[in-house]
Amino acid sequence: MAYSNKVLDHYNNPRNVGSLDKKDPRVGTGLVGAPECGDVMKLQIQVNPATGMIEDAKFKTFGCGSAIASSSLATEMLKGRTVDEALEIRNTQIVSELSLPPVKIHCSVLAEDAIKAAISDYKSKNGAAPRATAERTA
Amino acid sequence: MLQLPIYLDNHATTRTDPRVLEAMLPYFTEWFGNAASRNHSFGWVAEEGVEKARKQLADLIGASAKEIVLTSGATESNNLALKGVAEMYAQKGNHLITVATEHKAVLDTCKRLEKHGCRVTYLPVREDGLVDLQQLRDSITDQTVLVSVMYGNNEIGTVQPIREIGKICREKGVLLHTDGTQAVGKIPVNVNDDNIDLMSFSAHKMYGPKGVGALYVRRKNPRVQLTAQMDGGGHERGFRSGTLNVPGIVGFGKAAELCRESLSEEMTRMSAMRDRLKDTILAELDEVYINGSLEHRLPHNLNISFAYVEGESLLMGINDIAVSSGSACTSATLEPSYVLKALGAGDELAHSSIRFGVGRFNTDEEIDYTARKVIDVVRKLRELSPLYEMVKEGVDLRKVEWAAH
Repeated sequence: MAYSNKVLDHYNNPRNVGSLDKKDPRVGTGLVGAPECGDVMKLQIQVNPATGMIEDAKFKTFGCGSAIASSSLATEMLKGRTVDEALEIRNTQIVSELSLPPVKIHCSVLAEDAIKAAISDYKSKNGAAPRATAERTA
Repeated sequence: MLQLPIYLDNHATTRTDPRVLEAMLPYFTEWFGNAASRNHSFGWVAEEGVEKARKQLADLIGASAKEIVLTSGATESNNLALKGVAEMYAQKGNHLITVATEHKAVLDTCKRLEKHGCRVTYLPVREDGLVDLQQLRDSITDQTVLVSVMYGNNEIGTVQPIREIGKICREKGVLLHTDGTQAVGKIPVNVNDDNIDLMSFSAHKMYGPKGVGALYVRRKNPRVQLTAQMDGGGHERGFRSGTLNVPGIVGFGKAAELCRESLSEEMTRMSAMRDRLKDTILAELDEVYINGSLEHRLPHNLNISFAYVEGESLLMGINDIAVSSGSACTSATLEPSYVLKALGAGDELAHSSIRFGVGRFNTDEEIDYTARKVIDVVRKLRELSPLYEMVKEGVDLRKVEWAAH
Protein backbone atom coordinates (compact mmCIF):
# COMPACT_ATOMS: atom_id res chain seq x y z
CA MET A 1 0.00 0.00 0.00
CA ALA A 2 1.28 3.47 -0.77
CA TYR A 3 1.22 5.93 2.11
CA SER A 4 0.42 9.60 1.71
CA ASN A 5 3.30 12.01 2.21
CA LYS A 6 1.65 13.34 5.36
CA VAL A 7 1.45 9.88 6.90
CA LEU A 8 5.09 9.30 6.01
CA ASP A 9 6.06 12.65 7.48
CA HIS A 10 4.34 11.93 10.81
CA TYR A 11 5.76 8.40 10.85
CA ASN A 12 9.30 9.59 10.17
CA ASN A 13 9.07 12.66 12.42
CA PRO A 14 6.38 11.93 14.96
CA ARG A 15 5.35 15.07 16.91
CA ASN A 16 4.98 15.18 20.67
CA VAL A 17 6.16 11.66 21.48
CA GLY A 18 6.43 10.98 25.18
CA SER A 19 4.61 10.83 28.45
CA LEU A 20 3.24 13.29 30.98
CA ASP A 21 2.88 12.52 34.66
CA LYS A 22 -0.45 10.77 34.83
CA LYS A 23 -0.78 11.59 38.56
CA ASP A 24 -0.65 15.33 37.89
CA PRO A 25 -4.22 16.72 38.30
CA ARG A 26 -3.70 18.91 35.23
CA VAL A 27 -3.06 15.81 33.09
CA GLY A 28 -5.70 13.65 31.44
CA THR A 29 -4.69 10.25 30.05
CA GLY A 30 -6.48 8.17 27.45
CA LEU A 31 -5.44 4.59 26.68
CA VAL A 32 -7.46 2.97 23.92
CA GLY A 33 -7.22 -0.10 21.70
CA ALA A 34 -5.92 -3.55 22.52
CA PRO A 35 -2.67 -5.39 21.75
CA GLU A 36 -4.47 -8.36 20.19
CA CYS A 37 -6.20 -5.98 17.77
CA GLY A 38 -2.83 -4.60 16.69
CA ASP A 39 -3.18 -1.05 17.93
CA VAL A 40 -2.96 0.72 21.27
CA MET A 41 -2.83 4.51 21.67
CA LYS A 42 -1.89 6.42 24.76
CA LEU A 43 -2.73 10.10 24.47
CA GLN A 44 -2.23 12.66 27.21
CA ILE A 45 -3.23 16.28 27.57
CA GLN A 46 -2.04 18.86 30.06
CA VAL A 47 -4.60 21.57 30.78
CA ASN A 48 -3.96 25.01 32.17
CA PRO A 49 -6.35 25.17 35.16
CA ALA A 50 -6.78 28.94 34.84
CA THR A 51 -7.73 29.05 31.19
CA GLY A 52 -9.00 25.53 30.42
CA MET A 53 -6.55 25.55 27.51
CA ILE A 54 -4.60 22.44 26.50
CA GLU A 55 -0.98 23.50 26.90
CA ASP A 56 0.70 20.26 26.08
CA ALA A 57 -0.17 16.91 24.49
CA LYS A 58 1.89 13.73 24.21
CA PHE A 59 1.33 10.34 22.66
CA LYS A 60 2.73 6.87 22.36
CA THR A 61 1.25 4.42 19.88
CA PHE A 62 1.62 0.73 19.11
CA GLY A 63 0.13 0.30 15.68
CA CYS A 64 0.59 0.70 11.97
CA GLY A 65 2.05 3.82 10.37
CA SER A 66 -1.41 5.34 9.92
CA ALA A 67 -2.21 4.83 13.61
CA ILE A 68 1.07 6.51 14.57
CA ALA A 69 0.37 9.38 12.18
CA SER A 70 -3.23 9.79 13.40
CA SER A 71 -2.18 10.10 17.03
CA SER A 72 0.77 12.33 16.18
CA LEU A 73 -1.58 14.64 14.26
CA ALA A 74 -4.10 14.52 17.11
CA THR A 75 -1.54 15.92 19.56
CA GLU A 76 -0.87 18.79 17.17
CA MET A 77 -4.57 19.53 16.84
CA LEU A 78 -5.09 19.46 20.61
CA LYS A 79 -2.50 22.02 21.60
CA GLY A 80 -3.94 25.50 22.02
CA ARG A 81 -7.56 24.38 22.15
CA THR A 82 -9.78 24.46 25.19
CA VAL A 83 -11.03 21.15 26.49
CA ASP A 84 -14.47 21.84 25.07
CA GLU A 85 -13.06 22.76 21.66
CA ALA A 86 -11.01 19.58 21.73
CA LEU A 87 -14.18 17.55 22.11
CA GLU A 88 -15.25 18.84 18.73
CA ILE A 89 -12.36 17.16 16.91
CA ARG A 90 -13.74 14.47 14.60
CA ASN A 91 -11.99 11.50 13.06
CA THR A 92 -13.04 12.72 9.61
CA GLN A 93 -10.73 15.72 10.02
CA ILE A 94 -7.84 13.34 10.62
CA VAL A 95 -8.87 11.21 7.63
CA SER A 96 -8.84 14.17 5.27
CA GLU A 97 -5.71 15.77 6.69
CA LEU A 98 -3.72 12.51 6.32
CA SER A 99 -5.56 11.28 3.18
CA LEU A 100 -6.21 7.94 4.89
CA PRO A 101 -7.61 5.17 2.66
CA PRO A 102 -10.84 3.39 3.74
CA VAL A 103 -9.00 0.47 5.39
CA LYS A 104 -7.22 2.93 7.68
CA ILE A 105 -10.23 4.90 8.87
CA HIS A 106 -10.30 2.87 12.09
CA CYS A 107 -6.92 4.46 12.96
CA SER A 108 -8.56 7.90 12.95
CA VAL A 109 -11.52 6.60 14.96
CA LEU A 110 -9.10 5.29 17.54
CA ALA A 111 -7.39 8.68 17.71
CA GLU A 112 -10.75 10.39 18.30
CA ASP A 113 -11.50 7.82 21.01
CA ALA A 114 -8.12 8.55 22.60
CA ILE A 115 -8.85 12.31 22.66
CA LYS A 116 -12.22 11.69 24.29
CA ALA A 117 -10.73 9.26 26.80
CA ALA A 118 -8.00 11.74 27.79
CA ILE A 119 -10.53 14.54 28.25
CA SER A 120 -12.88 12.33 30.21
CA ASP A 121 -10.00 11.31 32.50
CA TYR A 122 -9.07 14.95 32.99
CA LYS A 123 -12.66 15.89 33.76
CA SER A 124 -13.20 13.07 36.22
CA LYS A 125 -10.02 14.09 38.03
CA ASN A 126 -11.25 17.65 38.27
CA GLY A 127 -14.95 17.22 38.89
CA ALA A 128 -17.60 17.37 36.19
CA ALA A 129 -16.99 21.03 35.34
CA PRO A 130 -13.31 21.69 34.77
CA ARG A 131 -13.70 25.48 34.80
CA ALA A 132 -15.23 25.46 38.28
CA THR A 133 -12.28 23.42 39.47
CA ALA A 134 -9.96 25.89 37.85
CA GLU A 135 -11.56 28.78 39.66
CA ARG A 136 -11.34 27.01 42.98
CA THR A 137 -7.66 26.24 42.66
CA ALA A 138 -6.83 29.69 41.27
CA MET B 1 28.25 -2.48 -3.79
CA LEU B 2 25.03 -2.73 -1.85
CA GLN B 3 22.00 -2.24 -4.05
CA LEU B 4 18.66 -1.16 -2.63
CA PRO B 5 15.94 -2.32 -2.27
CA ILE B 6 16.98 -5.70 -0.90
CA TYR B 7 14.80 -8.68 -1.68
CA LEU B 8 14.29 -10.96 1.32
CA ASP B 9 10.82 -12.30 0.51
CA ASN B 10 11.86 -15.54 -1.16
CA HIS B 11 8.89 -17.47 0.25
CA ALA B 12 6.60 -15.27 -1.82
CA THR B 13 8.55 -15.77 -5.00
CA THR B 14 12.13 -15.93 -6.22
CA ARG B 15 14.05 -14.19 -8.94
CA THR B 16 14.24 -16.29 -12.08
CA ASP B 17 17.81 -17.52 -12.37
CA PRO B 18 19.40 -16.05 -15.52
CA ARG B 19 20.46 -19.58 -16.55
CA VAL B 20 16.79 -20.60 -16.38
CA LEU B 21 15.73 -17.66 -18.52
CA GLU B 22 18.41 -18.50 -21.05
CA ALA B 23 17.08 -22.04 -21.36
CA MET B 24 13.54 -20.75 -21.85
CA LEU B 25 14.11 -18.05 -24.45
CA PRO B 26 14.38 -20.16 -27.64
CA TYR B 27 11.03 -21.75 -26.83
CA PHE B 28 9.24 -18.45 -27.32
CA THR B 29 10.33 -17.43 -30.78
CA GLU B 30 12.25 -20.28 -32.39
CA TRP B 31 10.83 -23.51 -30.99
CA PHE B 32 7.37 -22.20 -30.37
CA GLY B 33 5.48 -25.35 -31.34
CA ASN B 34 2.64 -26.96 -29.46
CA ALA B 35 3.98 -29.98 -27.61
CA ALA B 36 0.83 -31.84 -28.60
CA SER B 37 1.44 -31.37 -32.34
CA ARG B 38 2.50 -34.83 -33.40
CA ASN B 39 2.96 -34.34 -37.12
CA HIS B 40 5.69 -31.75 -37.54
CA SER B 41 9.07 -30.81 -36.19
CA PHE B 42 7.82 -27.72 -34.32
CA GLY B 43 5.72 -30.02 -32.15
CA TRP B 44 8.48 -32.60 -31.77
CA VAL B 45 11.03 -30.05 -30.59
CA ALA B 46 8.58 -28.61 -28.07
CA GLU B 47 7.72 -32.09 -26.82
CA GLU B 48 11.41 -32.91 -26.44
CA GLY B 49 11.89 -29.81 -24.32
CA VAL B 50 8.94 -30.78 -22.12
CA GLU B 51 10.10 -34.38 -21.70
CA LYS B 52 13.61 -33.28 -20.76
CA ALA B 53 12.12 -30.98 -18.15
CA ARG B 54 9.86 -33.73 -16.84
CA LYS B 55 12.96 -35.87 -16.31
CA GLN B 56 14.79 -33.02 -14.56
CA LEU B 57 11.82 -32.53 -12.23
CA ALA B 58 11.53 -36.25 -11.52
CA ASP B 59 15.26 -36.46 -10.75
CA LEU B 60 15.02 -33.70 -8.18
CA ILE B 61 12.43 -35.61 -6.13
CA GLY B 62 13.43 -39.22 -6.83
CA ALA B 63 10.42 -39.93 -9.03
CA SER B 64 10.07 -41.23 -12.57
CA ALA B 65 9.20 -38.81 -15.37
CA LYS B 66 5.81 -40.43 -15.97
CA GLU B 67 4.77 -39.52 -12.44
CA ILE B 68 5.02 -35.77 -13.09
CA VAL B 69 1.79 -33.98 -14.08
CA LEU B 70 2.48 -30.42 -15.22
CA THR B 71 0.12 -27.70 -14.04
CA SER B 72 -0.10 -23.92 -13.78
CA GLY B 73 1.33 -23.87 -10.26
CA ALA B 74 1.10 -25.37 -6.81
CA THR B 75 -2.38 -23.98 -6.16
CA GLU B 76 -3.71 -25.92 -9.12
CA SER B 77 -1.71 -28.98 -8.07
CA ASN B 78 -3.19 -28.85 -4.58
CA ASN B 79 -6.69 -28.50 -6.01
CA LEU B 80 -6.15 -31.40 -8.39
CA ALA B 81 -4.70 -33.65 -5.69
CA LEU B 82 -7.40 -33.06 -3.10
CA LYS B 83 -10.44 -32.80 -5.34
CA GLY B 84 -9.14 -35.50 -7.68
CA VAL B 85 -8.61 -38.00 -4.86
CA ALA B 86 -11.85 -37.12 -3.06
CA GLU B 87 -13.83 -37.68 -6.23
CA MET B 88 -11.98 -40.80 -7.39
CA TYR B 89 -12.08 -42.54 -4.00
CA ALA B 90 -15.58 -41.41 -2.99
CA GLN B 91 -16.71 -45.05 -2.90
CA LYS B 92 -13.99 -45.89 -0.38
CA GLY B 93 -14.64 -43.02 1.99
CA ASN B 94 -15.21 -39.30 2.36
CA HIS B 95 -12.81 -38.29 5.12
CA LEU B 96 -9.70 -36.14 4.66
CA ILE B 97 -7.15 -35.05 7.23
CA THR B 98 -5.11 -31.86 7.00
CA VAL B 99 -3.47 -29.33 9.31
CA ALA B 100 -4.53 -25.88 10.54
CA THR B 101 -1.30 -24.26 9.27
CA GLU B 102 -1.63 -25.41 5.65
CA HIS B 103 -1.63 -22.94 2.77
CA LYS B 104 -5.03 -21.56 1.74
CA ALA B 105 -4.80 -23.53 -1.49
CA VAL B 106 -5.24 -26.65 0.64
CA LEU B 107 -7.52 -25.25 3.36
CA ASP B 108 -9.96 -23.57 1.01
CA THR B 109 -10.03 -26.63 -1.23
CA CYS B 110 -10.96 -28.66 1.86
CA LYS B 111 -13.68 -26.15 2.70
CA ARG B 112 -15.10 -26.60 -0.78
CA LEU B 113 -14.98 -30.40 -0.42
CA GLU B 114 -16.87 -30.12 2.87
CA LYS B 115 -19.67 -28.37 0.99
CA HIS B 116 -19.78 -31.37 -1.32
CA GLY B 117 -20.20 -33.91 1.46
CA CYS B 118 -16.64 -34.63 2.56
CA ARG B 119 -15.61 -34.61 6.20
CA VAL B 120 -12.33 -32.91 6.98
CA THR B 121 -10.25 -33.05 10.15
CA TYR B 122 -8.03 -29.99 10.67
CA LEU B 123 -5.27 -31.07 13.02
CA PRO B 124 -3.88 -28.44 15.38
CA VAL B 125 -0.13 -27.95 15.70
CA ARG B 126 2.07 -27.83 18.75
CA GLU B 127 3.70 -24.61 19.92
CA ASP B 128 6.67 -25.31 17.61
CA GLY B 129 4.39 -25.67 14.59
CA LEU B 130 4.76 -29.44 14.22
CA VAL B 131 1.89 -31.92 14.05
CA ASP B 132 1.49 -34.51 16.76
CA LEU B 133 2.01 -37.89 15.08
CA GLN B 134 -0.09 -39.79 17.59
CA GLN B 135 -2.96 -37.38 17.09
CA LEU B 136 -2.65 -37.81 13.34
CA ARG B 137 -2.67 -41.59 13.68
CA ASP B 138 -5.73 -41.46 15.93
CA SER B 139 -7.60 -39.27 13.46
CA ILE B 140 -7.44 -41.84 10.65
CA THR B 141 -10.70 -43.78 10.30
CA ASP B 142 -11.90 -46.44 7.88
CA GLN B 143 -13.47 -43.58 5.93
CA THR B 144 -10.19 -41.68 5.50
CA VAL B 145 -8.94 -41.50 1.92
CA LEU B 146 -6.27 -38.80 2.10
CA VAL B 147 -3.91 -37.09 4.50
CA SER B 148 -2.53 -33.75 3.29
CA VAL B 149 0.34 -32.20 5.26
CA MET B 150 2.67 -29.57 3.85
CA TYR B 151 6.37 -30.33 3.76
CA GLY B 152 7.72 -26.91 4.77
CA ASN B 153 5.55 -24.06 5.96
CA ASN B 154 5.45 -20.88 3.88
CA GLU B 155 5.28 -18.55 6.90
CA ILE B 156 7.23 -20.13 9.71
CA GLY B 157 9.37 -22.56 7.71
CA THR B 158 8.50 -25.52 9.92
CA VAL B 159 9.41 -28.83 8.29
CA GLN B 160 6.89 -31.54 9.17
CA PRO B 161 7.98 -35.15 9.76
CA ILE B 162 6.68 -36.23 6.35
CA ARG B 163 8.58 -39.52 6.31
CA GLU B 164 6.98 -40.63 9.59
CA ILE B 165 3.58 -39.36 8.49
CA GLY B 166 4.03 -41.34 5.27
CA LYS B 167 4.81 -44.46 7.27
CA ILE B 168 1.61 -44.09 9.26
CA CYS B 169 -0.39 -43.53 6.07
CA ARG B 170 1.10 -46.65 4.46
CA GLU B 171 0.34 -48.70 7.50
CA LYS B 172 -3.27 -47.48 7.52
CA GLY B 173 -3.71 -47.73 3.76
CA VAL B 174 -4.49 -44.06 3.13
CA LEU B 175 -2.85 -41.78 0.61
CA LEU B 176 -0.45 -38.99 1.59
CA HIS B 177 -0.37 -35.70 -0.28
CA THR B 178 2.17 -33.06 0.63
CA ASP B 179 2.40 -29.47 -0.49
CA GLY B 180 6.12 -29.34 -1.22
CA THR B 181 6.11 -25.81 -2.63
CA GLN B 182 8.53 -24.32 -0.09
CA ALA B 183 10.63 -27.44 0.44
CA VAL B 184 11.37 -28.86 -3.00
CA GLY B 185 14.68 -27.54 -4.29
CA LYS B 186 15.57 -26.19 -0.85
CA ILE B 187 16.01 -29.37 1.20
CA PRO B 188 16.33 -33.02 0.15
CA VAL B 189 12.89 -34.38 -0.76
CA ASN B 190 12.55 -37.94 -2.04
CA VAL B 191 9.09 -39.29 -2.74
CA ASN B 192 10.17 -42.88 -2.11
CA ASP B 193 12.20 -42.37 1.06
CA ASP B 194 9.49 -40.05 2.37
CA ASN B 195 6.54 -42.33 1.52
CA ILE B 196 4.79 -39.62 -0.49
CA ASP B 197 1.92 -40.50 -2.87
CA LEU B 198 1.15 -37.03 -4.22
CA MET B 199 3.21 -33.85 -4.04
CA SER B 200 2.60 -30.30 -5.30
CA PHE B 201 5.45 -27.99 -6.16
CA SER B 202 6.05 -24.84 -8.12
CA ALA B 203 8.69 -23.33 -10.40
CA HIS B 204 8.71 -19.76 -9.15
CA LYS B 205 9.66 -20.71 -5.59
CA MET B 206 12.86 -22.34 -6.87
CA TYR B 207 14.25 -19.67 -9.21
CA GLY B 208 12.03 -20.69 -12.12
CA PRO B 209 9.27 -18.74 -13.85
CA LYS B 210 5.77 -18.05 -12.52
CA GLY B 211 2.74 -19.84 -13.88
CA VAL B 212 4.09 -23.38 -13.93
CA GLY B 213 3.96 -26.14 -11.36
CA ALA B 214 3.71 -29.87 -11.02
CA LEU B 215 1.87 -32.60 -9.20
CA TYR B 216 3.77 -35.78 -8.51
CA VAL B 217 1.35 -38.72 -8.77
CA ARG B 218 2.70 -42.11 -7.64
CA ARG B 219 2.34 -44.82 -10.27
CA LYS B 220 3.14 -47.92 -8.24
CA ASN B 221 2.91 -49.16 -4.65
CA PRO B 222 0.25 -47.85 -4.68
CA ARG B 223 -0.90 -46.63 -8.07
CA VAL B 224 -2.71 -43.37 -7.33
CA GLN B 225 -5.77 -42.53 -9.39
CA LEU B 226 -7.26 -39.09 -9.77
CA THR B 227 -10.36 -37.64 -11.33
CA ALA B 228 -9.27 -34.84 -13.65
CA GLN B 229 -10.56 -31.40 -12.68
CA MET B 230 -9.87 -29.76 -16.04
CA ASP B 231 -11.59 -31.25 -19.05
CA GLY B 232 -10.37 -30.86 -22.58
CA GLY B 233 -7.84 -32.36 -24.94
CA GLY B 234 -6.62 -35.03 -22.52
CA HIS B 235 -3.10 -33.68 -22.03
CA GLU B 236 -0.89 -34.99 -19.23
CA ARG B 237 -2.27 -38.52 -19.59
CA GLY B 238 -5.74 -37.20 -19.02
CA PHE B 239 -4.93 -35.73 -15.60
CA ARG B 240 -4.82 -32.13 -16.75
CA SER B 241 -6.03 -30.85 -20.09
CA GLY B 242 -4.70 -27.65 -21.57
CA THR B 243 -1.88 -26.75 -23.95
CA LEU B 244 1.44 -27.08 -22.19
CA ASN B 245 3.31 -23.92 -21.20
CA VAL B 246 6.42 -25.10 -22.98
CA PRO B 247 8.84 -22.24 -22.18
CA GLY B 248 7.68 -22.26 -18.55
CA ILE B 249 8.07 -26.01 -18.27
CA VAL B 250 11.55 -25.91 -19.82
CA GLY B 251 12.48 -23.24 -17.29
CA PHE B 252 10.99 -25.28 -14.45
CA GLY B 253 13.13 -28.24 -15.51
CA LYS B 254 16.28 -26.15 -15.68
CA ALA B 255 15.51 -24.64 -12.28
CA ALA B 256 15.10 -28.14 -10.84
CA GLU B 257 18.42 -29.24 -12.31
CA LEU B 258 20.22 -26.21 -10.83
CA CYS B 259 18.66 -26.83 -7.42
CA ARG B 260 19.64 -30.50 -7.50
CA GLU B 261 23.24 -29.71 -8.44
CA SER B 262 23.76 -27.18 -5.67
CA LEU B 263 21.34 -28.40 -3.02
CA SER B 264 23.74 -29.17 -0.17
CA GLU B 265 25.97 -26.18 -0.86
CA GLU B 266 22.94 -23.85 -0.99
CA MET B 267 21.45 -25.28 2.19
CA THR B 268 24.67 -24.46 4.00
CA ARG B 269 24.82 -20.96 2.53
CA MET B 270 21.13 -20.20 3.23
CA SER B 271 21.23 -21.33 6.82
CA ALA B 272 24.47 -19.41 7.39
CA MET B 273 22.87 -16.18 6.14
CA ARG B 274 19.66 -16.86 8.05
CA ASP B 275 21.60 -17.51 11.27
CA ARG B 276 23.72 -14.43 10.76
CA LEU B 277 20.55 -12.34 10.58
CA LYS B 278 18.96 -14.09 13.55
CA ASP B 279 22.04 -13.95 15.77
CA THR B 280 22.72 -10.27 15.12
CA ILE B 281 19.13 -9.33 15.92
CA LEU B 282 18.96 -11.52 19.03
CA ALA B 283 22.25 -10.13 20.32
CA GLU B 284 20.97 -6.55 20.24
CA LEU B 285 17.25 -6.65 20.99
CA ASP B 286 15.32 -7.99 23.96
CA GLU B 287 11.86 -9.57 23.79
CA VAL B 288 12.30 -11.03 20.34
CA TYR B 289 10.65 -14.39 19.65
CA ILE B 290 11.35 -16.90 16.89
CA ASN B 291 8.11 -18.41 15.59
CA GLY B 292 8.21 -22.13 14.84
CA SER B 293 10.76 -24.85 15.51
CA LEU B 294 14.36 -23.82 14.96
CA GLU B 295 15.49 -27.41 14.61
CA HIS B 296 12.90 -28.60 12.08
CA ARG B 297 13.01 -25.60 9.79
CA LEU B 298 13.70 -24.66 6.20
CA PRO B 299 17.25 -23.29 5.99
CA HIS B 300 16.18 -20.02 4.39
CA ASN B 301 13.32 -19.08 6.72
CA LEU B 302 13.28 -16.75 9.68
CA ASN B 303 10.02 -15.63 11.27
CA ILE B 304 10.43 -13.31 14.23
CA SER B 305 8.05 -11.41 16.47
CA PHE B 306 9.32 -8.13 17.89
CA ALA B 307 7.17 -7.69 20.97
CA TYR B 308 5.45 -4.29 21.46
CA VAL B 309 6.10 -3.25 17.84
CA GLU B 310 3.40 -3.56 15.20
CA GLY B 311 4.49 -5.36 12.03
CA GLU B 312 3.26 -2.93 9.41
CA SER B 313 4.87 0.04 11.12
CA LEU B 314 8.11 -1.94 11.18
CA LEU B 315 7.81 -2.70 7.46
CA MET B 316 7.31 1.02 6.89
CA GLY B 317 10.56 1.76 8.65
CA ILE B 318 12.53 -0.81 6.67
CA ASN B 319 10.98 0.13 3.37
CA ASP B 320 14.15 -0.54 1.41
CA ILE B 321 13.96 -4.20 2.42
CA ALA B 322 11.27 -6.45 0.93
CA VAL B 323 9.88 -8.80 3.58
CA SER B 324 6.38 -9.65 4.78
CA SER B 325 4.49 -9.54 8.05
CA GLY B 326 1.81 -11.59 9.80
CA SER B 327 0.25 -8.35 10.99
CA ALA B 328 -3.43 -7.88 10.28
CA CYS B 329 -2.74 -4.50 8.71
CA THR B 330 -0.76 -6.10 5.91
CA SER B 331 -3.40 -8.69 5.04
CA ALA B 332 -6.39 -8.24 2.79
CA THR B 333 -8.71 -9.65 5.45
CA LEU B 334 -7.41 -7.44 8.29
CA GLU B 335 -6.91 -10.62 10.29
CA PRO B 336 -3.51 -11.50 11.74
CA SER B 337 -1.80 -14.60 10.38
CA TYR B 338 -3.81 -17.78 11.06
CA VAL B 339 -0.57 -19.75 10.99
CA LEU B 340 0.92 -17.78 13.88
CA LYS B 341 -2.40 -17.88 15.73
CA ALA B 342 -2.36 -21.67 15.38
CA LEU B 343 0.89 -21.75 17.38
CA GLY B 344 -1.12 -20.37 20.30
CA ALA B 345 1.28 -17.52 21.00
CA GLY B 346 -1.46 -14.87 21.08
CA ASP B 347 -2.60 -12.43 18.45
CA GLU B 348 -0.25 -9.69 19.63
CA LEU B 349 2.80 -11.69 18.57
CA ALA B 350 1.22 -12.30 15.17
CA HIS B 351 0.76 -8.54 14.77
CA SER B 352 4.44 -8.09 15.57
CA SER B 353 5.87 -10.70 13.24
CA ILE B 354 8.16 -10.36 10.26
CA ARG B 355 9.01 -13.14 7.82
CA PHE B 356 12.44 -13.11 6.22
CA GLY B 357 13.13 -15.47 3.34
CA VAL B 358 16.74 -15.55 2.15
CA GLY B 359 17.57 -16.80 -1.31
CA ARG B 360 20.22 -17.70 -3.84
CA PHE B 361 20.91 -14.10 -4.80
CA ASN B 362 21.32 -12.59 -1.34
CA THR B 363 24.70 -11.60 0.07
CA ASP B 364 26.18 -11.29 3.56
CA GLU B 365 26.38 -7.56 3.00
CA GLU B 366 22.62 -7.40 2.45
CA ILE B 367 22.04 -9.49 5.57
CA ASP B 368 24.19 -7.15 7.66
CA TYR B 369 22.41 -4.06 6.33
CA THR B 370 19.04 -5.66 7.06
CA ALA B 371 19.96 -6.66 10.60
CA ARG B 372 21.25 -3.15 11.36
CA LYS B 373 18.17 -1.48 9.93
CA VAL B 374 15.71 -3.78 11.69
CA ILE B 375 17.44 -3.23 15.04
CA ASP B 376 17.40 0.56 14.63
CA VAL B 377 13.75 0.72 13.57
CA VAL B 378 12.56 -1.64 16.32
CA ARG B 379 14.35 0.51 18.89
CA LYS B 380 12.77 3.65 17.49
CA LEU B 381 9.29 2.12 17.45
CA ARG B 382 9.66 0.81 20.97
CA GLU B 383 10.38 4.36 22.09
CA LEU B 384 7.00 5.14 20.53
CA SER B 385 5.25 2.13 22.02
CA PRO B 386 2.98 2.56 25.04
CA LEU B 387 3.16 -1.20 25.58
CA TYR B 388 6.95 -1.22 25.85
CA GLU B 389 6.74 1.68 28.30
CA MET B 390 4.14 -0.11 30.40
CA VAL B 391 6.19 -3.30 30.52
CA LYS B 392 9.29 -1.35 31.55
CA GLU B 393 7.19 0.22 34.35
CA GLY B 394 6.35 -3.28 35.54
CA VAL B 395 2.76 -3.44 34.23
CA ASP B 396 1.55 -6.94 33.35
CA LEU B 397 -0.13 -6.38 29.97
CA ARG B 398 -2.28 -9.48 30.35
CA LYS B 399 -3.89 -7.97 33.44
CA VAL B 400 -4.84 -4.71 31.76
CA GLU B 401 -8.48 -4.45 30.77
CA TRP B 402 -8.20 -3.52 27.13
CA ALA B 403 -11.07 -2.07 25.20
CA ALA B 404 -11.04 -4.48 22.26
CA HIS B 405 -12.42 -2.89 19.14
